[in-house]
Amino acid sequence: MIQLEKRRNISKFWTTLTPVIAVFLTMSFGGLMFGLLLGDFSSAFGAIKLIFWDPLFDENFAPYARPQLLVKAGPIILIAIGLSIGFKAGIWNIGAEGQYILGAIFGASIALSLYPQESILIFPAMILAGALGGFIWALIPALLKVYFKTNEILVSLMLVYVAENILASVSQGLLRNPEGMGLPGSRNLKDYPSAHNSEIIPNSGMHWGVLTAFLAVILAYFLFLKHQKGYEIRLAGEAPKAAYFAGINPSKTIIFCMGMSGLLAGMAGLFEVAGPAGQITMSFNSGYGFTAIIVAFLGRLNPLGILLAGLLMALTYIGGEIAQLMLGLPGASIQLLQGMLLFFLLATDIFTNYRFKSRSS
Amino acid sequence: MVIFGIDLVLLISALMISATPVLLAAIGEAVVEKSGVLNLGVEGMMITGAVIGFIFAVNTQTPIYGFICAAIAGALLSVMFAVLTQYIMSNQVATGLGLTMVGLGLSALIGKPYEGIKSPTLSKIEIPILSDIPVLGPMIFSHDAIVYFSVILVATVAFVISKTRIGLVLRAVGENQEAAHALGYKVVRIRFLAIMFGGATAGIGGAYISLARVPQWTEGMTAGAGWIALALVVFASWKPWRVLLGAYLFGGITVLQLNLQAIGVAIPVEILSMSPYLVTIVVLVGISLFGHHTAPGSLARPFHASQ
Repeated sequence: MIQLEKRRNISKFWTTLTPVIAVFLTMSFGGLMFGLLLGDFSSAFGAIKLIFWDPLFDENFAPYARPQLLVKAGPIILIAIGLSIGFKAGIWNIGAEGQYILGAIFGASIALSLYPQESILIFPAMILAGALGGFIWALIPALLKVYFKTNEILVSLMLVYVAENILASVSQGLLRNPEGMGLPGSRNLKDYPSAHNSEIIPNSGMHWGVLTAFLAVILAYFLFLKHQKGYEIRLAGEAPKAAYFAGINPSKTIIFCMGMSGLLAGMAGLFEVAGPAGQITMSFNSGYGFTAIIVAFLGRLNPLGILLAGLLMALTYIGGEIAQLMLGLPGASIQLLQGMLLFFLLATDIFTNYRFKSRSS
Repeated sequence: MVIFGIDLVLLISALMISATPVLLAAIGEAVVEKSGVLNLGVEGMMITGAVIGFIFAVNTQTPIYGFICAAIAGALLSVMFAVLTQYIMSNQVATGLGLTMVGLGLSALIGKPYEGIKSPTLSKIEIPILSDIPVLGPMIFSHDAIVYFSVILVATVAFVISKTRIGLVLRAVGENQEAAHALGYKVVRIRFLAIMFGGATAGIGGAYISLARVPQWTEGMTAGAGWIALALVVFASWKPWRVLLGAYLFGGITVLQLNLQAIGVAIPVEILSMSPYLVTIVVLVGISLFGHHTAPGSLARPFHASQ
């Protein structure tokens, strides 16, 4: 008879190993799924190789795919780092998508209102506005939680739908390109040098947002390892009562965690709209806010883990696009693959929290 | 009865149809949460129910088979959540979110060939005598089977939870899992069944969107209905009849804003379409301000007999 026994401390060994196992399980089951979809199991391995290997190492795809890896990973990592701060404290901001959209709208509005003036100050001002937009949007669920104990999961999620409607409205109205012949969508910021989030090194994919994401990883690492605030956040999540009696103000923790995650998501939105997306359109957001939730968990809420998980998730996006092109795999299968990854990770979590013990009856 | 260009009979009748998907999903989730489990995967189970129900209804040309298959599909998906959270002890919030993502991806994948097809619709059942009452008859007693089913389901759940032994055990497990375990109740097994019930009703609710309310399949067509169902449970303070009230209020707002869009009121369309979500937030705040905090005591707490 095999029995489960809760570990006193979570196993470090399994914490590191389980994400790797989850990735392999996803590849195996994903391959099986693609085999079914294509009606040919011999091509299943090829499909998995096309998604996880070829974007990086195949000479036909790599020149395009490697820079794209950074372009896609940047916003995902930036958002996930912010979310991980809250998740550690047991504060569930799942509306990052909305904060991302608001950040983009705020930031782009600065640029669009100043067009066509050129100044070196415009881009920094846009970044600040983007951060502010995301921050304000995240502050709504935070303050409602602090003052009225309203559930932040539901409020932050409802605000995603509100944000999507605002986005639809401004891309057809307020921020519409006056020279766009009535088509929805703003001016393209790529044609506005002072506002364009350009690549720092040409053809590397490395734009200011990617740099900010890397910076956020480093800062988060120090926050949790060296800083008092990081300790307080961890304590609030793991032992809320102990944190309370230690004099850690739960309201401040909520506002800090939600605010930070909104701020980073808002910045990610601005970098995306001023760079790779170029303009505010009804569908410029590509669900990064939700993907970042998977990335935060896959990276074990650890900054370095999130960096790796973000790159992996970006790889599935790019590999998925290639597979769509080469094999005609539907785009939704990649979404399913990402969901599967989260599921397998959660399933293998049992090894980190419990140990198996055989007991003779 | 026409007020401000809106026919009240049509409004109430449309409100009941509009509310039925969230009502079905919310009454199931209320049972799940009563047992002490928080399943955030409602949206994923609804959309899976919507696509599976649509596929079976189109292929058999019999809507009722669609609903049955949608219930089975929703329940099967919820089994994944149940196994992970109840036996493998995974985090309920993360697992629920994962379930939603898997559901959205899966439904988009298998629904692709069915886009743009019309489904067979349910026929209306006019309840004898009652449907002949002027005004009230066409308002309330002239609907399809699923609308009646949803109301009967609410009544049944309300009765079972408050008046029967099964309900008592369910509440005990949700309020205090350790005490229920000590009394010899199978906490995990009871929760497993509650989760499956929630999956089945969410599946039927989703199918009602693709088979009756729209009736067509488009990717992501539940558009947050699952999340609104979750909010309704909180709004209802976990009480079945209040779930019905909340769902009809919500349905009323949805129908009203659609009517206002149709008659061309001078309010931007986007403001009208975001109103259901805004109202949900306002109501959630109101409940947390004035409502009693009656959340089940063991809600979202993991249970393992060794602890």
